[in-house]
Amino acid sequence: MSTVAELPPPSGPPAGPPATAFAEDPAFETAWRTRDRIGVAASWFCGLALIAVAAAILIYMLIQGIKFVNLDVLTEHPKSSLDQSKSGGFLDPIIGTFMLTVLGIAIAAPVGVGIAVWLTEYGRPAPLARAVESGIEIVAGTPSIVLAIFGLLVFSQGLFSALSFTAEGGAVFGRSFFTAGAMMSVIALPLVVGATREALLAIPVHVREASYALGKDKAATIRRVLLPAARSGIGTGASLGMGRIAGDTAIVVILLGASLRLEAENDVPILGNLRGTGSTLTSYVYNNSPVGEGNAPEKAYAAAFVLLLVVIALNFAIDLISRRRKTAWTT
Amino acid sequence: MDDLTPPPVRRIILDNMPEPVVPPAATNGHGPVPEVVHEPAARNAVERMRTEDLSIAYGQKLAVNRVSIEVCAGEVLALIGPSGCGKTTLLRSLNRLIDQTPTVARSGRILLDGDDADFLDVTLLRRKVGMVFQQPNPFPMSIFDNIAYGLRERGSKRPGRKELEPRVAEALQRAGLWEEVKDNLSGPALRLSGGQQQRLCIARSLAVNPEVLLLDEPCSALDPISTAVIEELILRLRTQVAIVIVTHNLQQAQRVGDRVAFMYLGDLVEYGAAAQVFGAPQAMRTREYVSGAFG
Repeated sequence: MSTVAELPPPSGPPAGPPATAFAEDPAFETAWRTRDRIGVAASWFCGLALIAVAAAILIYMLIQGIKFVNLDVLTEHPKSSLDQSKSGGFLDPIIGTFMLTVLGIAIAAPVGVGIAVWLTEYGRPAPLARAVESGIEIVAGTPSIVLAIFGLLVFSQGLFSALSFTAEGGAVFGRSFFTAGAMMSVIALPLVVGATREALLAIPVHVREASYALGKDKAATIRRVLLPAARSGIGTGASLGMGRIAGDTAIVVILLGASLRLEAENDVPILGNLRGTGSTLTSYVYNNSPVGEGNAPEKAYAAAFVLLLVVIALNFAIDLISRRRKTAWTT
Repeated sequence: MDDLTPPPVRRIILDNMPEPVVPPAATNGHGPVPEVVHEPAARNAVERMRTEDLSIAYGQKLAVNRVSIEVCAGEVLALIGPSGCGKTTLLRSLNRLIDQTPTVARSGRILLDGDDADFLDVTLLRRKVGMVFQQPNPFPMSIFDNIAYGLRERGSKRPGRKELEPRVAEALQRAGLWEEVKDNLSGPALRLSGGQQQRLCIARSLAVNPEVLLLDEPCSALDPISTAVIEELILRLRTQVAIVIVTHNLQQAQRVGDRVAFMYLGDLVEYGAAAQVFGAPQAMRTREYVSGAFG
């Protein structure tokens, strides 16, 4: 039970016009200037246009892909034939994509994490750290086809003959999963370094000090405290790098040979394959597109669709990983 | 806009109006300080640590100026003073954590049980002089591994869980956290509440059996209830380890401190029993600070 007591109205002459809230002011509605309106409309348009492009890619590839994807193309080896119905499936490129991605990230992840740890936790002498940083930026900005040509030059040297074919006369072929994987790791490296570094920088100083205060040295702190805390950052960087590797064509065409099938160098089970040539989904799409040798657009659509699925799955993985990351400590 | 009249105020009168809340006269720990709340520890004065003429500078800036102070077993030493007075720097020098800062310069001696801390192995020193920070900072691992981390060698995972279980349980019991976490030792430490995390950090320091425990404003990130729990814990622990606590909160210094050191602009202005520093301060600066004139 409550009563409402009305206060007497304020005595004295009211000063000025009655109060109106700002939002009720009719002038408020027109307070938006034309320029602002155009800006907002343009922002809306850009956002919607981006959604439209993304949707168009997905829907188009979905329609084209589903038409031509079936169990046969996923499980059959490619055959050399001008007739699309007889050119087989793309099992070898799928395996090739998988092998190359795993190989590339297996090199890039430990090296990248090592660089990031050195940059954030040591970084001395400072000029050297700056040089490393610009090195990473240069690598990140280099087109992959330049890296591919450079890789071919390097890996054709006799020194690296163990990584690929050696021809009769002693010339080193320079093309294999090993050499392509090595250059692929270079394009994934900046992404791993960047994400790991960001995660390490997000750990407050007092967490490191808490470990030192227990009598631990820097190495133990990095291994048992910092790297576990940066796990999700490392995972994000590795997934981004894998996406880049799976989507790259230039290095595959130049350094992997883009052969129709996986060509093992010798009979040693896995090592022989890694020293041999092969292809990936990207080079398969390229070769089977109307501009390639194969000219089998149906197969190209199907392979492109599978590749798109792989990359989208990787992006979902990144989302899942970074959603688990939350600010654990206050600075 | 100054010609607008405020809208008329309507006051709702309830049948049983609650008494208006009167804010306490002393806010933020500054103000007239009440009588000593707890019995001061018996002065058996077994000295654990002492500094002799300790000066610390960051670059050109002198942060601690010729401070000589002793830390005794069985007592809580509270370091008080306004921000930037050097109390945290003094605290961090006791376990040589300031060595991490590249620009720091130091003179004077720090003694642990009569040995010069500079000649002790830093690992040994830091195991004997534990530290708890302002922000709770458990490591991103399980509750058990947080405690076991300090007990293990360097970065290794040995000795294993079986061997360490009794010592981990003992540390958690001493920090008053055992009952709350005993069924969840494998759970991630970062899921605990803020107060629990801070007690875990205390347990982590206690696990290696330190002689001195340094607390750097351990309650400033916590709510009043967690603060009370931790203050109680400090009073219980003072019989086992010598405790040095840095605090901005004068009432906290009053509640837990046996001896109080007041610092101002790097100088140790006053150092004595809590009752004396708060009740009958000798220096004018101290008198002004404990009465809330500045801070």
